[in-house]
Amino acid sequence: MSEWNPNIVAFLCNWCSYGAADLAGVSRLQYPPYFKIIRVPCSSRVDARFVLAAFRNGADAVWISGCHPGDCHYIEGNYYARRRFILLKRLLEFIGIEPERLFLSWISSAEGTKFAEVANMIAAKVKELGPSNFFIKKRAEVS
Amino acid sequence: MEHYTYKIRDIAKRLFKEKKIDIFIGYEKGTNPFFPRPVLISRIEDVDRLVWNSNCGLNLCNYLTGRKEKIGIVANGCTSRSIVNHILENQITRDQLYIVGIPCTGILDHRRIQAAVNDKEVFEIKESTDSFKVVGKDFEEEFIKEDYLQENCVTCTHPNPVIYDEMVADPVPSRAERPVYEDVEEIESMPIEKRRFHIQKLIKDCIRCYACRNVCPLCYCPTCFVDERIPYFGKSIDPTDTLTFHVLRAFHCAGRCTDCGACERVCPVAIPIRIFIKKLNKEAFEIFSWEAGLSLEQKPLLTAYRKDDYDEFL
Repeated sequence: MSEWNPNIVAFLCNWCSYGAADLAGVSRLQYPPYFKIIRVPCSSRVDARFVLAAFRNGADAVWISGCHPGDCHYIEGNYYARRRFILLKRLLEFIGIEPERLFLSWISSAEGTKFAEVANMIAAKVKELGPSNFFIKKRAEVS
Repeated sequence: MEHYTYKIRDIAKRLFKEKKIDIFIGYEKGTNPFFPRPVLISRIEDVDRLVWNSNCGLNLCNYLTGRKEKIGIVANGCTSRSIVNHILENQITRDQLYIVGIPCTGILDHRRIQAAVNDKEVFEIKESTDSFKVVGKDFEEEFIKEDYLQENCVTCTHPNPVIYDEMVADPVPSRAERPVYEDVEEIESMPIEKRRFHIQKLIKDCIRCYACRNVCPLCYCPTCFVDERIPYFGKSIDPTDTLTFHVLRAFHCAGRCTDCGACERVCPVAIPIRIFIKKLNKEAFEIFSWEAGLSLEQKPLLTAYRKDDYDEFL
């Protein structure tokens, strides 16, 4: 039987982390292929609804990444994202989603190596945790 | 409580005579003694409909959103904090308002009283200072008020209004020194599987009537997220859909909820909705030392930041 691979949704900020993913790619750094990357203008663009929608549609983990605090392209976006994220994470933990399924990181566009490292770390953690079996909206199969 | 009523009527009459207000928002006697009806009064003749008693648990701030007139409003501790929220979120201005402050001695829990009289129909509730009499067909029972307060009133930290123009009586002492989160901590201490099960059990009766949303002074969005198409969160009573609704509604109230208990009060199936928002209030208090609606100078929690905020994520 083939090995189980997690489904990880990554919301990357256009100005930093998306650039870092790009750099990791052109530098031929190895990181797992099962990240579904969604480019957002800023980490503060990530609404709680997006995160819940990802989990409901069967994501095993959600990763939000943006510029380092103080380096936001929009001056202060990631500061707001930071406050929102910690409250959302604590709330989701409260209802029974493991805290290891929700990540926030700060990666600048020059940190291709850090991007690959963090991606590997997240993949390893989620793999250890196994597939998500909670907060998934079951749908009728339509062929 | 009678003297509160008379004082409110006097103040309202005076305000109308002095032409300080166009409408006055308060409560009148409803068809059910447990639910005094919110009323908007625009003529001086109608002022005598106003009442105040310990069943006035709906948050009147809900009726302020986007109004342009000059308004007189009755406000106890939690309502006044919601008004502060409304002013900060530019839904109303301070100059428009004449706030009649009520030192609140707690709101009665209608479910427990109903249960105590074996669900017999109640016609009237007669209140004195520390006790109240429940009157129905062929029965009359007396209870101590302290034993039948709503859960959020038992641990209330701000029974007196934080902003007001006039008080109807002297301030009352608060019932708790700092926010109390025993029930939240109990759920937090459960192992994850049990916690999931417990949370699902709490909301399993939800019929998605949205009474909690409609009664909430914070829920004034023109289109609620559950009514939107993208992203679409199902409207069925599937357990995941229901949980999504409650989680997201709570999250939208993060750093804004003043724990007035209106949502729980109106819930037709008695879901302890407050537990989700209480969890967020607890985190906001512990991480950011934040309590909603206490000052007109402070920006709301999620529209502000500090460079040294919590930052340990990876």
